Amino acid sequence: MSEEKLDAIIVGGGLAGCSAAIVLAKAGLEVLLIERGDYCGAKNMTGGRLYGHSLEKIIPNFAEIAPIERVVKKEQVSLMTKDGALDIGYRSAKLSSEPENASYTVLRGEFDTWLAQQAEEAGAMLLAPILVDKLLVEDGKVVGVEATGDQLYADVVILADGVNSLLAQQIGMKPELEPHQVAVGAKEVIRLGEDVINERFGLRGNEGVSWLSCGDPSDGNFGGGLLYTNKDSVSVGVVATLSDIGHSDLSVPEMLDRFKEHPAIAPYLEGGKSIEYSAHLVPEEGLAMVPELYRDGVLLTGDAAGFCINLGYTVRGMDFAIESGRLAAEAVLRARELGDFSAQTLSYYKTLVDNSFIMRDMKQYKGFPTLLTQRAIFEDLPEIADDIAGKLFTVDGKPGDSVIMYAVNLIAKRTSARELVDGITKILEAF
Amino acid sequence: MRKMTIDDKLGLNKFNVDESYSHIDVDLDYKDEAEIRKLLLACPAECYKYEDGKLLFAHAGCLECGTCRVLSHGKIVTAWRHPNGNFGVQFRHG
Repeated sequence: MSEEKLDAIIVGGGLAGCSAAIVLAKAGLEVLLIERGDYCGAKNMTGGRLYGHSLEKIIPNFAEIAPIERVVKKEQVSLMTKDGALDIGYRSAKLSSEPENASYTVLRGEFDTWLAQQAEEAGAMLLAPILVDKLLVEDGKVVGVEATGDQLYADVVILADGVNSLLAQQIGMKPELEPHQVAVGAKEVIRLGEDVINERFGLRGNEGVSWLSCGDPSDGNFGGGLLYTNKDSVSVGVVATLSDIGHSDLSVPEMLDRFKEHPAIAPYLEGGKSIEYSAHLVPEEGLAMVPELYRDGVLLTGDAAGFCINLGYTVRGMDFAIESGRLAAEAVLRARELGDFSAQTLSYYKTLVDNSFIMRDMKQYKGFPTLLTQRAIFEDLPEIADDIAGKLFTVDGKPGDSVIMYAVNLIAKRTSARELVDGITKILEAF
Repeated sequence: MRKMTIDDKLGLNKFNVDESYSHIDVDLDYKDEAEIRKLLLACPAECYKYEDGKLLFAHAGCLECGTCRVLSHGKIVTAWRHPNGNFGVQFRHG
């Protein structure tokens, strides 16, 4: 194998890598997809919800054949205090009304395995479980990879090796991650049974719910909780920004237990059986952490490129990963036509990314990472919301302020006018 | 739900532990307790322990998230690599 030269090597069989492999293999290229897990998805984890629009472009109506868990038809966001939760819920026929706007809960073990099968059926070769040790660089140009002592050569290497892309770091395309740029997610998959989920969450058939929260589970630490319904299980997890770990005395596993035991969450999990515990880093700094995307002979995609946004009420990374994989493949096809895999030609990938929804959305929401480092959102806001809601919904026959005066006094007690203006400005800037 | 220990939770997972090779190297003589505290709080698998003023580390339950590397590279964590192919955690659900 070491003698022949492939058209493309893709490192990482996640969503970005498999997407690139499908597009390249369909175009007739000789593609090698290398995955370090026993199977694609074995090292991957999501909250998780997949917005389907970008995969629709590669495999139209994929949800009819892919192992999705449920179709998200209900959105819920909660501000949580120690023993309270103010929920905002939305359900509508507008949610997931057509394939282009649909979102699905997924579990990556099964989903990525399926996507890799699509790549193999299109003609890509899958090599797993093989860890790529390093990139082969000749005269400043990436010419292949080294894995378990074998040298494999290709016209181009697409790095889709995830948030911990050691390979991109090795050649200096990407600096080491900083603690403020990433959050750690820890999640349990808890089996409840399909009927129990439908009854408890008010769902029918394959309808699903996405439920995000901030406040108590992280005890004021930058982060939040999540709950997604799968077919017969729920994904329950917490996310905590690394630079803020230690703000509270809670450890990440304790945050997860605290979330599971919260009075607003625990009743849903009653009688459930935990079947897996996973953890993963999430790139959260948005636009500011996007590294070099191309060099001679190499392209960077997905989490490795920091393509992710967290808006608090919605978290996206998988739809970006799929799109970036597809765009990397398009750039490779053009380079092949021109017979030139230099950085100059491969810069077309960046042009495509810049003109896609990836950069459009990352630019539009570039203020969010700053907004989500405001302590008030994780400490004061849930408390204020809890106090006001408690006042609003409590009737005890005793005299007191009107709810509006109560709210004004409460906010005045907690923040100065300047802090309030500053906070509102940050929110407006973020949008 | 009954409260589970971290060992209970890790016991749910499929691991193929590389007994002969730790993919993370740790400076067990590290003394700065503020740094150690962060790592103890952050590691989702509780691979790091601090007992009687001594830092302990075991790679067996590692979920390969990278948290310790990002938090403490060049301090407590002296080297961080992916486990070799076929080893480490294999998420069946993920």
